[in-house]
Amino acid sequence: MSALTRTALGLGLAFLYAPILVLVAYSFNASALVTVWGGFSTRWYATLIADGPLIAAAWTSLKVALASAAIATGLGTLAALALERHGRFAGRGLFTGLVYAPMVMPEVITGLSLLLLFVGIGLDRGLFAIVVAHATFGTGFVAVIVAARLRGLDRSLEEAAADLGAAPARVFASVTLPLIAPSVAAGFLLAFTLSLDDLVIASFVAGPGATTLPMRLYSQVRLGVNPEINAASTLLLATAGVLVLTATWLTGRRTVA
Amino acid sequence: MTRSRLLDALVRLPPWLWLSAFFLVPFAITLKISLSEAATAMPPYLPVLDWKGGLEGWSTFLEALHFQNYETLAGDALYRDAALSSLAFAGTATAILAGVGTALAYAMARAPSRWQPLLVALVVVPFWTSFLIRVYAWIAILKPEGLLNAALLRLGLIPAPLEILNTQGAVLIGLVYAYLPFMVLPLYAVMSRLDPTLREAAADLGAGPTRVFWTVTLPLSAAGLRAGALLCFIPMCGEFIIPDLLGGSDTLMLGRVLWSEFFSNRDWPLASAVAVVLLVLVVGPIVLFRGDARKAGAEAAR
Repeated sequence: MSALTRTALGLGLAFLYAPILVLVAYSFNASALVTVWGGFSTRWYATLIADGPLIAAAWTSLKVALASAAIATGLGTLAALALERHGRFAGRGLFTGLVYAPMVMPEVITGLSLLLLFVGIGLDRGLFAIVVAHATFGTGFVAVIVAARLRGLDRSLEEAAADLGAAPARVFASVTLPLIAPSVAAGFLLAFTLSLDDLVIASFVAGPGATTLPMRLYSQVRLGVNPEINAASTLLLATAGVLVLTATWLTGRRTVA
Repeated sequence: MTRSRLLDALVRLPPWLWLSAFFLVPFAITLKISLSEAATAMPPYLPVLDWKGGLEGWSTFLEALHFQNYETLAGDALYRDAALSSLAFAGTATAILAGVGTALAYAMARAPSRWQPLLVALVVVPFWTSFLIRVYAWIAILKPEGLLNAALLRLGLIPAPLEILNTQGAVLIGLVYAYLPFMVLPLYAVMSRLDPTLREAAADLGAGPTRVFWTVTLPLSAAGLRAGALLCFIPMCGEFIIPDLLGGSDTLMLGRVLWSEFFSNRDWPLASAVAVVLLVLVVGPIVLFRGDARKAGAEAAR
């Protein structure tokens, strides 16, 4: 490996990780000041556990993430099957756009327009609205992961099952689904993570009734740097790390997403 | 045959219905409300369509719509500046990302193959990590009494703390940082699978490493670069969190303007008009992205 390659890798990874490491390190700082190291302490984690509204927001987020990821996984898997296994159909271009556009659409647009829909049809803002919103943008991410796996599959396996007389539904249940199951699970984990992370869309559709963890964190972050937020962030980072490792292991591939 | 076509249609139906109802229809509603006016009621806009009014209800409803909000947007320099500076921020950050991302992705692709899975995982982890938290982390680094200034002062490189937080520079740093994985992953996916014999052939014919990179590697990686650029540029145009936390009060971006019209001024129709303008700015790139999405997404997922 050349010196140039090594330098580029070193600088790139340092840039990606330095802020995260700083944040984690200062979550264990006894001092409340960010630039002063006051010794090792876990006091901010104790503050965190005693922070009722924050814990309540974390539970809300968890519920929303589980429900929305489940819906997104179902819809995303179906969308991937439609795009990869079911050939050409009328409106395919629009369908492809509808599946993939929510992934890049600026969140303020998605958030505002969903809110206007919910108000227009008289749906109460709150938990259910956030679940619907998160399921909508999670679908595209699940579809990308599952579609990639479907494309890599040996189609002759499905054809063999069909030749041996299995009905399409049976081919799917006993051949296709077991083969794509790891990527479906990885898609679920990604949709779950994205839901847990979303601030902007949730802020629009949540209304006064529901507060998710990022909304709670944001309201505190706006007031400035605060070691308790560092502690919360460290726990979230650890959760994300575990989820990535699980997803990578599930897909058995080099990477996910 | 008919049975399997019926099955195909059934597979498509749930995502069709869901995405039409919760992604397509909302845009139509946003467009309609951008033609309404603000009101102190719930919902806080006029006119509200009276479904029971029949044809007459429709015509009074349509007559009440107007382009007032767009006139406001066009007439006020604040909104024009916000639109231009959104494009400028997103464009500049995408250009920087193209350079940084290409360097990092190329280095990853040239690293020993046994290291590559680890390197990819290291780039993916931040993508899975909370966006809000990764942006927040920069506040402690960039603020006047923050770590960067402390380090520079101790090294004697600067006489007094630099004002970095709450400037446009901080917003650019935040954009480049937060979106780097989106640029690197599609680029790496293409670069890691380039046929090495092409590079060797160019080298055998006498091209130096720099020339090989510019004339062989980079043109062959164009698809990855394009996908990465779109993945970054489109959401950056409407970015809210980064300008809000790292930018100053004078940092205008459409995402932030939309947010404050909605949450602070409670002017839903004007916020809707800003959303429509933002959508018009990104719709071209989104159409391009749709074509790339399947390819790029598949590459990135490999």
